[in-house]
Amino acid sequence: MPGSADLPPMIEINDLWKSFGAVAVLKGVSLRVERGAVIAIIGPSGAGKSTLLRCINLLEDPDRGEIRVGERAMRFSADRRRAGADRELAAFRAATGMVFQHFNLFPHMTALQNVTAGPLIVKGMDRRAAESEGRVLLAKVGLADKAESYPSHLSGGQRQRVAIARALAMGPAVMLCDEVTSALDPELVGEVLGVIEQLADEGMTMVIVTHEIGFAQEVADAVAFMSDGVIVEIGAPDAVLANPENPRTRSFLARFHRSRGDAAR
Amino acid sequence: MTIPTYDWDFSFLWAYRWLILLGLWVTIAYTVGTILIGLAIGLLTGLLRLSRNKLLTAPLVAYVEIFRCTPLLVQIIWFYYALPVVLGINIPAHVAATLVLSLYTGAFYAEIVRGGVNSIERGQWDAARAIGMRRAQVMRYVILPQAVKRMIPPFMNQSIIQLKNTSLVSTIAVADLLYQGQMITGATYRPLEVYTMVAIIYFIVLFPLTLMAQGVERRLARSD
Repeated sequence: MPGSADLPPMIEINDLWKSFGAVAVLKGVSLRVERGAVIAIIGPSGAGKSTLLRCINLLEDPDRGEIRVGERAMRFSADRRRAGADRELAAFRAATGMVFQHFNLFPHMTALQNVTAGPLIVKGMDRRAAESEGRVLLAKVGLADKAESYPSHLSGGQRQRVAIARALAMGPAVMLCDEVTSALDPELVGEVLGVIEQLADEGMTMVIVTHEIGFAQEVADAVAFMSDGVIVEIGAPDAVLANPENPRTRSFLARFHRSRGDAAR
Repeated sequence: MTIPTYDWDFSFLWAYRWLILLGLWVTIAYTVGTILIGLAIGLLTGLLRLSRNKLLTAPLVAYVEIFRCTPLLVQIIWFYYALPVVLGINIPAHVAATLVLSLYTGAFYAEIVRGGVNSIERGQWDAARAIGMRRAQVMRYVILPQAVKRMIPPFMNQSIIQLKNTSLVSTIAVADLLYQGQMITGATYRPLEVYTMVAIIYFIVLFPLTLMAQGVERRLARSD
């Protein structure tokens, strides 16, 4: 894993628990992500992968545990469940970019307005500066010519790339990607993965929940297998994906490869 | 059984044209006035009802449900005759009428506002909060601009109904169109012509408005 020894990890999660009503979704998850590292999280649906991401961004309020992203740390316990004041939460979230399965673009805004919404509204940036930065980001995801288009006039792949640009516009230290290609037609998956890969190459710290095993193998520095609310196994992609130690990982991957109709790897 | 016969004669109404116009003016004034006040009430109530604070929302829920679940006619009579006794003050008819009509339509507007906001997908909140917006900013820049579009058709329908609702204020002697009709009936003993005319006037005012509402609804649907 890249990252220099004198710097603490970018993300540190300690013993994170989260329940929805009586259903325990996260049962003591701990995870360290070094600066510039890309972690792919795989696992069956209902394993808690998305909930883990949403907790890192504080879109969900963990029941207990610790989360540190960059310099900002939050501790949760039974007596202090709410993560903090609205303002505090907002600042924490702004430092972690999140990309969603269903894009969640603002439909009443153009691509450029989607990208500049954060800088203008949250950071209070000057409009001209925000728009010129927004255009640079749209160009970076290959959509320079779509700045004035509304989401309804964009393909799924284009929408997801605008969503990535929107997250990047806040200058996040970390990008969280929640099954960002799952809602896309197969032929549109590549253009989105290409952008993610480019971010990885530029040294962005990322946590990626994905069903694209091949992609995880290619882009991730480490693969974590989650099942039933815990990280069962974590390690180098080749090790976890090709020679999983844990029986649950093995059976998940076996089923996955069978359903894809390809041989292991 | 004999079939009733009647000699229709509308000509006498011409003599009352100014009274009729005055009544129509009062009807429209009450409609527009109570829609505006009701809109302020409904917007505030609908948005505050979204709060997680039960102490805040409970009285608002009570208000909305009491006004939605009792007849408007009963509310008007109660506010005019019973409330003064309860409070020990005199409430003039026009005040009682304005108050009740505003609160009544405000309760429906509140539900329209709440429904419109709740109809926006959860993902919009997630995305807006993920880029660091605070709750009020999410509401103002992301949720409301989309929700207002969805509120417009039911808002227009409720407002059209409100014009007809105002006719009930005639029961407490507010001189609206229906009240003037009753006065003319008392003077001429020709209720059939008078109520026919009143119906036609309401229709002439409302029918174009319903067409307009449908047009707006179609345009909004297309722009989605």
